[in-house]
Amino acid sequence: MAWLVVRLAISVSLFYTASAVFEDQVGKFDWRQQFIGKVRFALFDTHSQASKKLLVATDKNVFASLNSRTGDLFWRHVDKTGPEGHIDALLMYGQDAVVVAGNGRLLRSWETTVGGLKWETVLDTGSFQAAALVGVQDFVKYVAVLKKSAISLHDLSSGSQIWVENLPDSDTVQYQTIYSGGNGLVFVFGVVPNSHIVIVEYKIEDGEIMNKKSVEAAWMSSLESSCTVISSGILLCVDQITQSLYTLLLQSAEQTEMRQIHLQTLDLEVASGFQPVLTSTQPNPAQPPLSEFFLQLSPDHHILLQLKDGLIVPLRDFNPSYLAAFATSGERTVAAVMSPKNDTACSINLFSADTGRRHLDTTIIYHMDPNGGKPNRLYVHAFLKKDDSVGYRVMVQTEDLTLTFLQQPGRVVWMREEALADVVTMEMIDLPFTGTQAELEGEFGKKAAIQDGLLPMVLKRLSSQFILLQAWLAHLWKLFYDARKPRSSVKNEVNIDTLSRDEFNLQKMMVMVTASGKLFGIDSKSGTILWKQYLENIEPNSVFKLIVQRTTAHFPHPPQCTLLIKNKDTGLGNLYVFNPIFGKKSQISVPALPRPVLQTLLLPVIDQDYAKVLLLIDDQYKVTTFPSTKNILQQLQDTASSIFFYLVDSSQGKLSGFRLRKDLSTELIWEVVIPTEVQKIVAVKGKRANEHVHSQGRVMGDRSVLYKYLNPNLLAVITESTDTHHERSFVGIFLIDGVTGRIVHEAVQRKAKGPVHFVHSENWVVYVYWNSKFRRNEFSVLELFEGAELYNSTVFSSLDRPHPPQVLQQSYIFPAPISTLEATLTEKGITSRHLLVGLPSGNILSLPKMFLDPRRPEVVSEQSREENLIPYAPEMPIRDEWFINYNQTVSRVRGIHTAPSGLESTCLVVAYGLDIYQTRVFPSKQFDVLKDDYDYVLISSVLFGLFFATMISKRLAEVKLLNRAWR
Amino acid sequence: MAMIRVLSLVLSVLSSVTLLWTQSGECNNGRRSADAVDTDFSGFSVPLEHSFEVDDVPRFRLRGALQFRGGREQGVYLSQNQLSEKDRNTLKDVAAVDGLYRIRVPRVSLQVDRQTEKQSEGYLTTFVRACSLVESHLSDVITLHTDVSGCVVGISIVTIPGSCRGIEVEDEVDLEVFNTTISVVAPVTAPVPETAPYIERMEQEMEKKGKNPQEQKSFFAKYWMYIVPLVLFLMMSGAQDQSGGGAGGGAANGGGR
Repeated sequence: MAWLVVRLAISVSLFYTASAVFEDQVGKFDWRQQFIGKVRFALFDTHSQASKKLLVATDKNVFASLNSRTGDLFWRHVDKTGPEGHIDALLMYGQDAVVVAGNGRLLRSWETTVGGLKWETVLDTGSFQAAALVGVQDFVKYVAVLKKSAISLHDLSSGSQIWVENLPDSDTVQYQTIYSGGNGLVFVFGVVPNSHIVIVEYKIEDGEIMNKKSVEAAWMSSLESSCTVISSGILLCVDQITQSLYTLLLQSAEQTEMRQIHLQTLDLEVASGFQPVLTSTQPNPAQPPLSEFFLQLSPDHHILLQLKDGLIVPLRDFNPSYLAAFATSGERTVAAVMSPKNDTACSINLFSADTGRRHLDTTIIYHMDPNGGKPNRLYVHAFLKKDDSVGYRVMVQTEDLTLTFLQQPGRVVWMREEALADVVTMEMIDLPFTGTQAELEGEFGKKAAIQDGLLPMVLKRLSSQFILLQAWLAHLWKLFYDARKPRSSVKNEVNIDTLSRDEFNLQKMMVMVTASGKLFGIDSKSGTILWKQYLENIEPNSVFKLIVQRTTAHFPHPPQCTLLIKNKDTGLGNLYVFNPIFGKKSQISVPALPRPVLQTLLLPVIDQDYAKVLLLIDDQYKVTTFPSTKNILQQLQDTASSIFFYLVDSSQGKLSGFRLRKDLSTELIWEVVIPTEVQKIVAVKGKRANEHVHSQGRVMGDRSVLYKYLNPNLLAVITESTDTHHERSFVGIFLIDGVTGRIVHEAVQRKAKGPVHFVHSENWVVYVYWNSKFRRNEFSVLELFEGAELYNSTVFSSLDRPHPPQVLQQSYIFPAPISTLEATLTEKGITSRHLLVGLPSGNILSLPKMFLDPRRPEVVSEQSREENLIPYAPEMPIRDEWFINYNQTVSRVRGIHTAPSGLESTCLVVAYGLDIYQTRVFPSKQFDVLKDDYDYVLISSVLFGLFFATMISKRLAEVKLLNRAWR
Repeated sequence: MAMIRVLSLVLSVLSSVTLLWTQSGECNNGRRSADAVDTDFSGFSVPLEHSFEVDDVPRFRLRGALQFRGGREQGVYLSQNQLSEKDRNTLKDVAAVDGLYRIRVPRVSLQVDRQTEKQSEGYLTTFVRACSLVESHLSDVITLHTDVSGCVVGISIVTIPGSCRGIEVEDEVDLEVFNTTISVVAPVTAPVPETAPYIERMEQEMEKKGKNPQEQKSFFAKYWMYIVPLVLFLMMSGAQDQSGGGAGGGAANGGGR
């Protein structure tokens, strides 16, 4: 019988918490965007004219195929992160794409139409140097891979290894590049820096060394950047110091040293400090490369040269020019060159490679985004038109990782913002009111009431009511107008001017900060990018701190966000203040930060412009305030003795607390030192400032109340042991009061290892660790309670809370690895909490906090049933309907951001990693929303029916009464 | 009171950043200095220092000595002096300007075999508001927190009661002697998932099921003797109603009667 009750309790609890989307809700309030990262290799499929494929390999270890007409993904393969999945080379021939991955560990061939793996070969160890397709008699059959000490040849159709040969003298010679011109030989080039070049010739059939020679080249340090092969086997190198070009005939026995050609003889000069770059083209791997090549002399100077009869002839000088690239279609090779046109635009022109003559009507105008970066890569797709002239399209990659695909005469076909593949931090900002809403807000503003008299107020009221009426009529008219149009065309575009808050504040502005230093403003409802801003001079991948100083709630003051960034040149902090709705930089003067910033602190103190005060603490513990008006300084002086902050120095294991003094200097007030030889601090987290807790306690089975220990200043400090032996390693959890430095609780999870993910909220901390003894992931939950009585129920002060809280803890097995952890957040905190768990599989699990409750009883009792506690089970269940993103997986999920909406039941969720996914979750179901299929007709007909029935029966009763009276 | 209110607002402390502490920070265990021969295996003592100044610049003076009793149970005793007349007045003055009363201990390891005598390479400090100390008549609770290896990582002090109500402490005698409760707290071992008791419980359930088949019978199996007559009765009464209708079903029932 007890077991039955247990099962009943479980099923009842599940009934309450089960939440999933229905099929017809898919895509209704959620969206996903997939990204690839910074493009390192891009190849157009020139196999057939009609092909739309564009193959890309990126620094995020992603190999994908894009639709070159729309920019959408055909398919995408996400490899392991880090060097293990690093894509070293991408080669394409016909329908096959050959990829070398993991520093030369794997050689893979992909079918490009559907992205299927054709074959995969594990290569010998050794660091990767170069790879090339090798052709024999106009037919590409092999792929050669050059490692540090060996070269191997593989069959292109099966991947089987034809031969592998050790390179001679590989301990002294650095072999770097490989070349094959279709004549049955493979050349390997190596260099002994500042001494000589080594050239080894291999026979393709069996790998026999046909010839080996070394050529004096005392000026050379690296082959890769300064040499290329042109024409029918001529090695061409360039040197900046001697200002010369060097040529060497590969297959001649008599030439034993390189022929020097001074650049002066060509009237050329390399810009000082610039490493000149040679670019040649080999349209078909089975044939020798062309004799034309580009020489880049300075960042904006290219020259097209030709080698003819042993002489170098300039074909065309491109000065100024940013980028140049070759492209081939059929038998014709062209060169595309991007040159600046004016301050905001560049022009791209097509030139014939063999003569340097400009093709007519081939100009593409590329407009540079004033908020973006400079273009730094140009990929050209050339094709033959019907009249046999050459047409082309280009893809431009900029510093801020924007991919722009252009076609003549400058139409942007599509654009991808690949910076979003690496979101560092984000915030969700309420949208502003519309003009009319704002008008009403303004009318009841404090200032207005003081300034105006009675009569102007009445007039104002009337006018605002009139405006409202007008807006309502316009709205009605729009509804009527839209209803007549077919449904598909009604879908209105989101536009920055039409942005306004919706009824329940469900639509917000997502401000995303990316690692490349580009900021985005994205509409949360549709995922449309509304503004973007590239910040130059930012050290990429550094720490950013995004702070919302003023929300949208203070009309007419615009909302204000502040981003703390690190300058690339000085390494110092810098404040970037902007309006999060429009992305415009604010004109407010920001304080200069001459010293590194250790800590930032947003105070609830506001100035007369309603901006919260930001305190920045530098490495000498001096405080800078922003904004720093007189009013603010006065307020800070008044409250200085109650402003505390903490600093963490994980290298010393030191946590220290400081207090602000009246003169804005600081004083050290507490210190906790966790010895670094035993354990190191890995993470410190406080609570979220915008979190609300609705209930002060929990009602127990016996109707008494267990009060929560709700300390807003509590810090959760997680440590990991330095000893990594699986029996002795541990994870430490310290709960420290950030004001007094009091260690409220200290626990050790033995035989545990990181990485630890944790959430700190309300009166609980949930953390996940790896149990090294049982080799599994485990969840642990800590809850803090004051007990049956509150010490001081009106206000919480860290200085006056002498009794330590009761701490309850319980642990559970979680049957999956975890990438990230976050808790849902709602407006008033009435809705029950869920934990959002990002799994490496890309799913996001919404786990009810109910399952992570240290009061779950071992044995079911009457009281625990009364409290709705689920009996303890060591394993945490995972239910498919808890995956909030059904099949919309988020690759490499790195963070989850939650934000409250205007509806208490609804929490907005954004998961970001390689992809971005936005949705809403309803932890306690939509208790404050009528269902979509709510039957309005039935309820109103019943109402009216009842009303009329009452009327009629009343009338009948009267008649009856009258009749009786007459009787 | 206003201050307390503000306090609850304050401390929205954000990211953790590290930098620049040149001083080496390690627990001074395992390193005996040359003159540390007087180590007493039955225990050792470290000084507890306090500071309360009107100008709020810390100047630490000896308050007492913490006597540690080594071994399994880490007992700790505090022997401390009375407050002098001058100190009492200073404390009252500090309380009047809402200053801080700070205490500190050197960083030590409590494990006797690793213990060396105190060194001045680092202190753990904490504070309490001087007024609350005065108003609680010097009754305070000091807790020393250790890590897994027995090294003291933090110290905390609270007074009971902890509030500052502005009550004047008239009696000088109340401010003479500390009424201190001192304890050492080691980290709690966090629980692991309790699989063994759970499986045991499951097994017990199963056993119960096996032993007592009566209990586990289904609803129908238990109450068939009541259900069958009821169904029969219902069927018959239904048949009676329908027999007048002359339907085929009625005829069949009639045959049964």
